[in-house]
Amino acid sequence: MTKLLAPLFLVAAALLPLVLKDPYLLNALIITGIFTICAMSLNLLLGFTGQLSLGHVAFFGIGAYVSALTALGFDVGLPFGLRVTYEGGDPIVGFLLAIVITGLTGFLIGRLSFRVRGAYFVIVTISFAEVVRLVALNWVELTQGPLALTSIPNMTLPLPGLGELTLRSKVENYYLVLVVAALSYLVVGGLVASRFGRAMRGLKENESLALSLGINATRTLTIAATISAAMAGAAGSLYAHYIRIIDPDVFLFSYTVTMVIMVVAGGKGTLAGPLVGGLIFGLLPVALRPVMAPEAQWIVYGAILIAILFVMPKGIVPALETLTRRKAPKAAPGKPLEAGARP
Amino acid sequence: MSTILNVEHVGMRFGGLTAISDLHFDVHEGEILSLIGPNGAGKTTAFNIMSGFLKPTQGRVVFRGRDLAKTRPNEITRLGLARTFQRTSVFADDTVLDNVLIGLHRFGSPGLLDRLLPTPGARAAEKAARARAEEIIDLVGLSHRAQELAGSLSYGEQRLVGFALALATEPRMLLLDEPVSGMNASETQGFVRLIRKVRGEGVSILLVEHDMPMVMEVSDRIVCLNYGRLIAEGSPAEIRNNPAVIEAYLGKSAARLEEKEAAHA
Amino acid sequence: MDQFLQHIVNASVLGGTYALLGIGLTLIFGIMNVVNFTHGAIYTFGAYAMYLAAVALGLNFFVALPVAVVAGLIMGAIIEFALLRPLRRSDIDTTMLVMIGTGIILQSGTLWIFGGVAKAVPTPFPTEPLVIGPVSLSYVRLFVFFAALALIVLTYFTINGTKLGRAMRATFQDHDTAALMGVNVSLIYTATFAIGSALAAAAGALLGPVYVVFPQMGDLAAVKAFAIVILGGLGSISGATIGGFILAFAEEIGAGYISSGYRDAMGFLIIIAVLLVKPTGLFARAERIG
Repeated sequence: MTKLLAPLFLVAAALLPLVLKDPYLLNALIITGIFTICAMSLNLLLGFTGQLSLGHVAFFGIGAYVSALTALGFDVGLPFGLRVTYEGGDPIVGFLLAIVITGLTGFLIGRLSFRVRGAYFVIVTISFAEVVRLVALNWVELTQGPLALTSIPNMTLPLPGLGELTLRSKVENYYLVLVVAALSYLVVGGLVASRFGRAMRGLKENESLALSLGINATRTLTIAATISAAMAGAAGSLYAHYIRIIDPDVFLFSYTVTMVIMVVAGGKGTLAGPLVGGLIFGLLPVALRPVMAPEAQWIVYGAILIAILFVMPKGIVPALETLTRRKAPKAAPGKPLEAGARP
Repeated sequence: MSTILNVEHVGMRFGGLTAISDLHFDVHEGEILSLIGPNGAGKTTAFNIMSGFLKPTQGRVVFRGRDLAKTRPNEITRLGLARTFQRTSVFADDTVLDNVLIGLHRFGSPGLLDRLLPTPGARAAEKAARARAEEIIDLVGLSHRAQELAGSLSYGEQRLVGFALALATEPRMLLLDEPVSGMNASETQGFVRLIRKVRGEGVSILLVEHDMPMVMEVSDRIVCLNYGRLIAEGSPAEIRNNPAVIEAYLGKSAARLEEKEAAHA
Repeated sequence: MDQFLQHIVNASVLGGTYALLGIGLTLIFGIMNVVNFTHGAIYTFGAYAMYLAAVALGLNFFVALPVAVVAGLIMGAIIEFALLRPLRRSDIDTTMLVMIGTGIILQSGTLWIFGGVAKAVPTPFPTEPLVIGPVSLSYVRLFVFFAALALIVLTYFTINGTKLGRAMRATFQDHDTAALMGVNVSLIYTATFAIGSALAAAAGALLGPVYVVFPQMGDLAAVKAFAIVILGGLGSISGATIGGFILAFAEEIGAGYISSGYRDAMGFLIIIAVLLVKPTGLFARAERIG
């Protein structure tokens, strides 16, 4: 039954634009989809390996900048009198480059950051993201700094034998995001179900025991970080070619917080969690916009984050699963399910 | 008899505190050797050094001719030396079957593609892993518990899961850290049969244990530590009558008593 | 060279307030094992409390300052009592996320109530700067420097010379043993968080009048304070004081000689460098606090 939920959800999402014509709502759905991809990728680290990375926005932002600069071209001076000039090219190349470069960045940052754990890991990841933001803000020759990169072209897909398709309309972009989101879901799902996924789970639950079984912690975590970063980079690229203007604000800590809220609220360490959390918190601004100012909305987000951590620390999806399981005749014996929950 | 593990003049200091000094003994191929000693004697430290979780400040540990000085715990397991843990010996939020599947991690190393896509090769490997896991669970006698969360089992059963995890790595040698603590008498008897069976397959076993009757029953040889030093080594009978061992466990007066008894006899 | 002296003077003023932030965080992290992401928001809160007391209520500058510090103390106590106390048994990730949520609420609340326009806090000091040779220094900065020093010394004596401080030090070493010895650990946690927050609020109340007061002024102050803690060692007041000055110098020199845009990067680079070069040694738990 639950196995059918994901395909059903996909079909429903694919049919949605047939009935939904409102451009404002479509726009909200596209942005929601992009951030849901980010949430899925963050979940790979936060949920499945148990490492709280709060620098995830760095990969989203790098993906956006790499893709935009690949499409627009650049001309920058480097130390020792070197100069790099690039004319600009296809957005699809930018998309692929964004994935590769953010993956590499994720590999490097992961390699370094996984030398520490706990609070120190959290702080190191935030620090990396902030340094990247400051570079984007100050390397004006490359990024235009606060003046933003503008006129980024829409995504163009090469169609073999048919030429090219430029995705200008909202509906086209909606489907692009949907396809990438579905692929991301499959990648995470495949990873988690595999032997590699078991290694991640082992490390999350009991690192010493996992080590004693021959699991290489650094390698496993670094691979997870690489894939996670690449997915966030893909989302950043989609964002750049859809919004068509990016500035260093794509690196804001509040975006990371948004992704974290999506994952934690939906249910970290579950496949459906980031989808549920992403939809709720992606569309909540739409619901709240008529009734309150943006800063008041953020108060609501903060309150929801706290409330969820207090009331259902495992998130919505696991809470629902517990509910349905309770209805079933055979309950799990032994200790209560929610060991971390308060009475 | 050839040796599988050599502990060579190992010393361990934590700041100004000496936990172990000049510890020296060998484990022979296929034997069951027990490491005993009163609380605080340095058994756990020695155990953590042998399994690579601590690096000794002096001396070295050699496993099958290889110096483990620079080998990380996960690599040591891959060399065929597996350990169990005293506490938190299981992945509590996973089923017993999934626990053992995690334990089988070191077998099969599919490429990245196999990780991302359910290729036929990956499926076959998965099927084989499941069969192997069920075999191991059957061996330790937990088949009826395979689908339960490991954290929901009794302590004795959790120790068996921990043992199954170590077995899953297909070790040449097992380091067992107080495996029967938390087991009742019949569970302990079952466990004794189990490790004899495993030894019968050619696996050497080093046991750290407080349960003296069990140690005396199962060990080929015993090494006794006190205050971080080796004070005796020998067969269970020799150890049982060794004055230094008796003194370590019971204090000086008891040792003198034993000596007197021996003199009278 | 003259320029350099000026940087040193500026950094000293900033360093004193950074030290206050760092001490607050090192006490909270060391004793409670909570990474306090509300620290920056409390710093902002202190600045707005100063603004409210001095401008809206029209209090004297030197009366408004302690009012703002006490407001921070009370705010800290409320946060600890309402949000952290129920999460005592939770893991550090959960408390971090709850603190992030609280920080968001505080910051967005400030923005909602006061709007985004920066506020100025008038000071009673002469506007003419004090000029000594090549260095010029406003009187308000001079006051801030000495006020910060006074608060650092006061905190030091509270931790090392009072009964409360002794209980805090015992809790830092081992909260279970401290509880067995009759220390009311819950009370110590509330006191620790309140004192740490009061110090952050003091930093905001002192710097607010030097610059301006705006809702985002405390952005990432928690992470900067963490850099100070890493530099100074966990739970060490003197370490945090030195760390605060080091960070201030690094920022001032970085901004003056490299690029002003990278001023804020210094704290993050320090964190990355220290933790990655020496992931184990530097933050091995200190034997004692004080």
